[in-house]
Amino acid sequence: MTNAPHISVQNLNVQIGNNLILKDVNINIPDKKVTSIIGPSGCGKTTLLKTFNRLLDNTADVKISGKVLVDGENIYDPGAEVTHIRKKMGLLSQRPFPLPMSIYDNIAYGPRIHGTTKRKDLDQLVEHYLRATGLWDEVKDRLHSSATRLSIGQQQRLCLARGLAVEPEIILGDESTSALDPVSTQKIEELFLELKEKYTIVLVTHILRQARRVSDYIIFVYMGRIIEFGPTEEVLLNPQEELTREYVKGFIS
Amino acid sequence: MRRRKFEEQFFKLLMVLSTIVVAGSLFLIVGTIVVKGLPYMSLDMLTKTPEGGFYSGKEGGVLNAIIGSLYIAGGATILGLIISIPVAIYINLYLKGKSFIPNTVRMCFDVLFGIPSIVYGAFGFILMIYLGMRASLLGGIIAVTLLVIPILIRTLDEIISTVPRELHDAALSLGATRWEASKVVLRHIIPGIITAILLSFGRAIGDVAAVMFTAGFSDNIPASLGEPAASLPLAIFFQLSSPSAEVQGRAYASAFILTVIVLVITVLANILSKRFSKHKI
Repeated sequence: MTNAPHISVQNLNVQIGNNLILKDVNINIPDKKVTSIIGPSGCGKTTLLKTFNRLLDNTADVKISGKVLVDGENIYDPGAEVTHIRKKMGLLSQRPFPLPMSIYDNIAYGPRIHGTTKRKDLDQLVEHYLRATGLWDEVKDRLHSSATRLSIGQQQRLCLARGLAVEPEIILGDESTSALDPVSTQKIEELFLELKEKYTIVLVTHILRQARRVSDYIIFVYMGRIIEFGPTEEVLLNPQEELTREYVKGFIS
Repeated sequence: MRRRKFEEQFFKLLMVLSTIVVAGSLFLIVGTIVVKGLPYMSLDMLTKTPEGGFYSGKEGGVLNAIIGSLYIAGGATILGLIISIPVAIYINLYLKGKSFIPNTVRMCFDVLFGIPSIVYGAFGFILMIYLGMRASLLGGIIAVTLLVIPILIRTLDEIISTVPRELHDAALSLGATRWEASKVVLRHIIPGIITAILLSFGRAIGDVAAVMFTAGFSDNIPASLGEPAASLPLAIFFQLSSPSAEVQGRAYASAFILTVIVLVITVLANILSKRFSKHKI
């Protein structure tokens, strides 16, 4: 373990068009824990998450100032290598978006672009990550059929496996279960709990019960500011701020 | 209540009538070509070049025009794709964080889209004079390429903009470079690209004005890019303006051939597009 946290955000401001989406955000994300970002719709949860892997760069008219340090390196440094930063993080979006290729190629895509080309190595990787996400037994007979034929829940686990195959250090989840049925949701949540042994996980969720089930820490964001940050039980059961209390009780949504 | 019911009935009737008019006109057009052209159809039409001149010749066929048209439309579509795909990717995927440049580029192509093909023909003609070229297959291909580029770019632009942003993001978040992520998007839109090719080819093969000055006309099949080339629409134009009823009939036969070519391409594109859409989300 290094002493610098995986993700450290310093004085981050994000402006899209004329709207200030994030205001003076400072936070250190705890390593190898699950941290949930909660808050009402439009408060900037997803924006905050997307600043971590610089996907926000692709938004029209966006202005970002401040620092996001990943492993001590400012990812908004003009010289920073974007592909290298993104490789460190797996992203699991709201709905699964399998790449337009077979199940096998979906997993192999990342390793291939990063230089693994030997068939044998790829075969091993594919099996390993499909097993890690509990998909292997369900898909081993149809590895070369289209990934889009899988159910939505299976697709989401495939996307997780695909992200893990590039060997990230951090997993980002953007309301990753919101399109899934309860059984699939449970499977994904279980995977998160398993994966936190090895990875730092940051989730955006609007389901408080989910935040409570899976996360060790909670960040409460309101109107672009971090209002409260602390261990899950403390933030949910004994919030220090009036706004957090109102949100947790369901007065603001 | 009665007014609402009347309105419902009235608009339903309007829709049905309009559909009948559209389908009916298509049927009439195809019917006319078949009825007038079929008696003049022969194997010679398809396999021989005209004998006795394209204007008054009653013998031979229009093979020169068939080959010329396929060369011009095919060449222009391929050349157009080589230019259009990079533009469409650039304005959609590379300039994603900006709105000014892509919108300006789109506006330019909208303007180009609306320019009549004779203007492209005239422009191509001036370009050829400037370069010291004669009316030739190459000149025709260049003029028609100019004509189809706006069609291709606007079609591809529409198609790429319907690709979920998250698909591009997914590739990027795996550490793909922008080009690698663009390839994923391209793979996703292959059926759309086929549609774009079809639109472009159909427009290219049917155009007269752009090729009239640039490709010229010839009774022979062009053996090189530097020779003038005939095209089906122009052949139809010449044959129809002939005083002889028999040559006029041959014009309908030529039109029939042109229609069948377009039909075959459409069916082919549909089959191909289905084959490639197996990964559709």
